Amino acid sequence: MSSLHPPLPGALAAAGRNTWRRASAQLVRGGAMVLVLNLAIATLLTVGGLGRFVSNLVVSMCIGLVCWLIIDGGRHVVAVLRDRWRVARGLPPGHPFGFPGWHWLLALCALGLVLGPILGNLMAAQLTGDHIPGMWPFSGSGTGMTWLLTLLASAIAVLTLSLRERLSHARADAEAARRAAAENQLKLLQSQLEPHMLFNTLANLRVLIGMDPPRAQAMLDRLIAFLRATLSASRSALHPLGTEFERIGDYLALMGIRMGSRLQTQLSLPAELQAVGVPPLLLQPLVENCIKHGLEPKVAGGRIEVNARRDGDMLELSVLDSGVGLGANAQPGDSRFGLQQVRERLHTLYGSHATLVLEDVAGGGTVARIRLPLDA
Amino acid sequence: MNPAATALIAEDEPLLAEALRADLARQWPELQVLAMAGDGQQAVELALAKQPTLCFLDIRMPGLSGLEAARALAEDWPDGPHFPLLVFVTAYDQYALQAFDAQAVDYLLKPVDSARLAACIARLQRTLATRQGAAQELQASVEQLRALLGAPATATSVPRLEMIQAQVGATVHLVPVSEVIYFEAADKYLRVVTAEREHLIRMSLRELLPQLDPNVFWQVHRGTVVQARCIASARRDESGKAFLSLKGRAETLTVSRLYAHLFKGM
Repeated sequence: MSSLHPPLPGALAAAGRNTWRRASAQLVRGGAMVLVLNLAIATLLTVGGLGRFVSNLVVSMCIGLVCWLIIDGGRHVVAVLRDRWRVARGLPPGHPFGFPGWHWLLALCALGLVLGPILGNLMAAQLTGDHIPGMWPFSGSGTGMTWLLTLLASAIAVLTLSLRERLSHARADAEAARRAAAENQLKLLQSQLEPHMLFNTLANLRVLIGMDPPRAQAMLDRLIAFLRATLSASRSALHPLGTEFERIGDYLALMGIRMGSRLQTQLSLPAELQAVGVPPLLLQPLVENCIKHGLEPKVAGGRIEVNARRDGDMLELSVLDSGVGLGANAQPGDSRFGLQQVRERLHTLYGSHATLVLEDVAGGGTVARIRLPLDA
Repeated sequence: MNPAATALIAEDEPLLAEALRADLARQWPELQVLAMAGDGQQAVELALAKQPTLCFLDIRMPGLSGLEAARALAEDWPDGPHFPLLVFVTAYDQYALQAFDAQAVDYLLKPVDSARLAACIARLQRTLATRQGAAQELQASVEQLRALLGAPATATSVPRLEMIQAQVGATVHLVPVSEVIYFEAADKYLRVVTAEREHLIRMSLRELLPQLDPNVFWQVHRGTVVQARCIASARRDESGKAFLSLKGRAETLTVSRLYAHLFKGM
């Protein structure tokens, strides 16, 4: 999952630091792997009676380093070039230190296998000053042995390191997705517990307590039910549409005492749709938008209608207001968050089967329409 | 003390308006509430007509916000009578409250508790007992409001507008912003005036302002924004207002009290 917002400069700097940390960690891991494998090879050869340990180690280290440089270095060069290519075509860059794909990896391994023993042997000869006839100091059969050992060591190193990296990528992605989900949950909660709404409602309740205690009590019950639903609304579990309408009714009743005659409401839910499962408080941001962007700016107020109907095997939920319409508040703001958040929830649960559209109503006002599959 | 104090209450939520009136009646029986307004525009009209001593202004109201209503009132207030003492009322506006504290502007938080209201009343009564000259007080209020309006609550960065698209029938006229001499609010529309002609667009000044470079376009009135390089001269009068002559247009523009400080000799 990727963030919808452009990264902040601070986040970029942090990503840069992260990149360096990961680069140095990879270097250390790769070096350790080369060292361990070559120690093992030199030990094996020595134990097998093929030459002295020190010269075996020098030769295998040289071959190992050349292979490491070609395969691991080549992989990064490929990744960088491919990112440039992608960016030049307007595509998003891949992961830093990305896996270049098996075909690239195989090609690089083949290159390493050919060049590694040749260049490594030359290097070792330069270092030790030994005369190395052909490819290997001891026997003709040693050549085949060198290729085999290089192949084995490269395969072990490449498989171990790339598996490890892919695992850590998967972990990082899962972590990012978790963080995004938690952030969204928090934003959802903040938008539902909007302090202005909460304190104004409490101010009204305070007045009602003195004026009309039974009505105050009824309103308090509605506030409690709404708060409880808000705090326990999980993003995945469903609740019956009947309950959804009750909570929207609570919210509108609370707004009703605040706005007085400026708000008229009508909720209609056919009895056969009462038990259909929907994500909790899915409609709340839409109703809130109607009030905040449709009716609050309008001096005379207006009405809000929430309807549910069945359309074949789809459920259609609509939230309509007779407010100022979309044109008058085209500026970006938290209204977008409400819609975006409803869209995300629909997408998570129903994929592309659910839709949300927002449009102007002829004669003034706005309607938000959600369509989702009934059998889900 | 002065003759009986009078008040206007502007609050769009009926129960809260009634409750504030009742609380004031209990704690300040001599105070006479002259009018109740349900929106910002009505508050300005009623305050100008009834000239109360105090105005309680809810910040979030339909039409004009409490702050915008205060600005309109300060711009249109006649010379002579005392400008009302303002008390802003809000449920929750973090940024506004910081600004109010900084400018020593009175405010009440909803729900309004009796002790806080009593303290507010005591302060208002002290101020009323030591009233200064009307002109001096108006000037002080203008400066307070200028500071409050100068620090916008939302500092969201909106891209600058380069081209105005004004629709007339089926034709859309493209007007480069750099050619606009001034914008003027006209009901739900904005007049976009260039040297040659003018257009109407469906946008409020509130939406437009963040999209203009404040160094290039100066707000000179709650309803007028003018391109500074098109101003030829400014003439100030005794009431604190000023009048602008323009390059390329014959008409003059009025600069309100709140923005007259922009025009001073160097």
